[in-house]
Amino acid sequence: MKIHIKNGRVIDPKSQLDAITDVYIAAGKILAIGAMPADFHANRVIDASNQIVCPGLVDLAARLREPGFEYRATLESEMNAACAGGVTSLACPPDTDPPLDEPGLVEMLKFRAKNLHQAHVYPLGALTQKLEGTRITEMAELRDAGCVGFSQADAPISDTQVLARAMEYAATFDFTVWLRPEDSYLAKGGVAHDGFVATRLGLPAIPTSAETVAVATILLLARETNARVHLCRLSSAPAIDMVRRAKAEGLNISCDASINHLHLSEMDIGYFDPNYHLVPPLRATRDRDAIRAGLADGTIDALCSDHTPVDDDAKQMPFAEAEAGATGLELLLPLALKWAQEQNISLIKALARITHQPAQILGLNAGSLTVGQAADICIFNLDARWQVIPANLRSQGKNTPFLGYEMQGQVVCTLVDGQVVFEADDKQ
Amino acid sequence: MTLNPQLNADGSLRHLLTIDGLPRAILTHILDTAESFISVSEQEVKKVPLLRGKAIFNLFFEASTRTRTTFEIAAKRLSADVINLNINASSQSKGETLLDTVDNLSAMQADMFVVRHAQSGAAHMIARHVAPHIHVVNAGDGRHAHPTQGLLDVFTIRKYKGEFHNLRVAIVGDVLHSRVARSQIHALTTLGVPEVRVIAPKTLLPVGVEQMGVHVYHDMLAGLKDVDVVIMLRLQNERMRGARLPSVQEYFKYYGLTQEKLALARPDAIVMHPGPMNRGVEIDSSVADGKQSVILPQVTYGIAVRMAVMSILAGN
Repeated sequence: MKIHIKNGRVIDPKSQLDAITDVYIAAGKILAIGAMPADFHANRVIDASNQIVCPGLVDLAARLREPGFEYRATLESEMNAACAGGVTSLACPPDTDPPLDEPGLVEMLKFRAKNLHQAHVYPLGALTQKLEGTRITEMAELRDAGCVGFSQADAPISDTQVLARAMEYAATFDFTVWLRPEDSYLAKGGVAHDGFVATRLGLPAIPTSAETVAVATILLLARETNARVHLCRLSSAPAIDMVRRAKAEGLNISCDASINHLHLSEMDIGYFDPNYHLVPPLRATRDRDAIRAGLADGTIDALCSDHTPVDDDAKQMPFAEAEAGATGLELLLPLALKWAQEQNISLIKALARITHQPAQILGLNAGSLTVGQAADICIFNLDARWQVIPANLRSQGKNTPFLGYEMQGQVVCTLVDGQVVFEADDKQ
Repeated sequence: MTLNPQLNADGSLRHLLTIDGLPRAILTHILDTAESFISVSEQEVKKVPLLRGKAIFNLFFEASTRTRTTFEIAAKRLSADVINLNINASSQSKGETLLDTVDNLSAMQADMFVVRHAQSGAAHMIARHVAPHIHVVNAGDGRHAHPTQGLLDVFTIRKYKGEFHNLRVAIVGDVLHSRVARSQIHALTTLGVPEVRVIAPKTLLPVGVEQMGVHVYHDMLAGLKDVDVVIMLRLQNERMRGARLPSVQEYFKYYGLTQEKLALARPDAIVMHPGPMNRGVEIDSSVADGKQSVILPQVTYGIAVRMAVMSILAGN
């Protein structure tokens, strides 16, 4: 199958390309960008006039809910959502049931995902057995089975010695340890940011120190163990400052933030809307502004969807009892674009945060338009507007704080390994 | 979500979920209406037919004696049919969700739900869910609000002090976990009390409480100076098990109300407590039973205030 993508505005953050040009695909790979190679006869020509052609999106956190939570979402539904959102590579956290702590589970997930011929799935292995925070997993075996890093997802490691050993062991093999920084004692019982909104609504609170204390611990252990650390879902301004300083000192560290925390704050909880019950909690507006600035200046390397489908029964509860999480795969692109537009960030820089940079964190040859590499491509209409309503979402999870919002930017076509896996037409 | 969920489009009260955000006129209207019901309670036949034929469900997901009973009496004095449901953890563990329970009871032609629940926001969630003709009264949700308690407290204050604009009121104790304190603060500040103080150790105060318009004191002796009203909060036993307080003895010594400390307040100061009291923990018996205590009148007025709330909601 040879495909000719014609007349699109081709943006590739890695090579800093931003031009109206053509992309040629053959045998699943990018054959050329610009002039048509000799003897190229396309089986299909995609007219991308007035559209953006960019690398397929790379999402650092998408829960596919398999195995164990198939009533919430299935691999099929969430892979469809990924393709509809232009996401062609995604990392999934290990908090499935059972957790991804054995090679067999990882192989099965990879196998099932591969057979769907949609987005590439990169599992994160559990850092500790059953995510219990007590015994480390067979990380090398898990890597051989396909894990690209090791994570506790949202489960705590309360025992700092276990954390230190896990980081040390991971460093032995040069594996990346993914940690969402949260001190489990300081966060105990909390469901909202420890600020005026939680005070007024009487919601049990999680102080900022729950994050900063954990970041400080992790940074110190990273220096000591030389482990490569990726900090997940930063939520507070002081934590971002700490990462900024650590990076300036040369520490080998990266971090991400979610689309929810990039746009929302505690104020949005309103009258106990459970769609705003998120982990970590939405914090103050100054924290949100620090995330927006940190993503712009590169302190925050990547933006992720933190896709977490939750079924209605688990959401239709009083705020604290409602399960945390929101669907996000189909909102990653438009919410990155919204941030770029509001902050006056160039398109190429905004796209870097959801393509090339997350791919680098994962250590993948993905997230770029490079001749000879897999043709994972997202084509989108920058101006098209659409509304976030359940009927417009392919994910089985319909809960998101952005329900009712109008989004600008719509994916029209997604290719994985040179195959069209999504076209907007079949959506209507 | 920007619309106030407890008001109708015309600004009248549809549900009573919290005092936060309610206009002064609505509070005053409730207090004035309660005043008219005081006489009903003193009649030989303590009934008026205002809610005849209405079905009121007392939906208590959390234990309560005083609040549930006074709501029941209030509804009966208004001639409503009252159904009491104590839904403990076991029926929830049968798998029926909160909203399933509400749907089932709505199907039994409920006109009003009086709801108590351990989670902040539970009453809001039910109010969002029910059919338009059903009214919801929050009888306490988690740490968030207990609006009828807040109203009966300001009603009691008005009874004894007449006005609000010249008062100093001190609220003493576990503000952090107290829905009562939050509702009192909103009621007092809305009605124009110029100085509301909260007195507690730092471990029992929520972040940013001063943004609710109160002055924070950690020294009870300073905080009680020249106040007109002292409101003591209940200290729940489980607070002693965590790390927020060292012992009952130390708490009582520094934050318990005794005659000596009460002497720092104005001579005509009144002492209030939402109940149930822990004698010897937050309040000394001699104060609780003393001549400045209005703790029992609070309970009596609670009936009139709840009659007022239910009759106003049913009329809107």
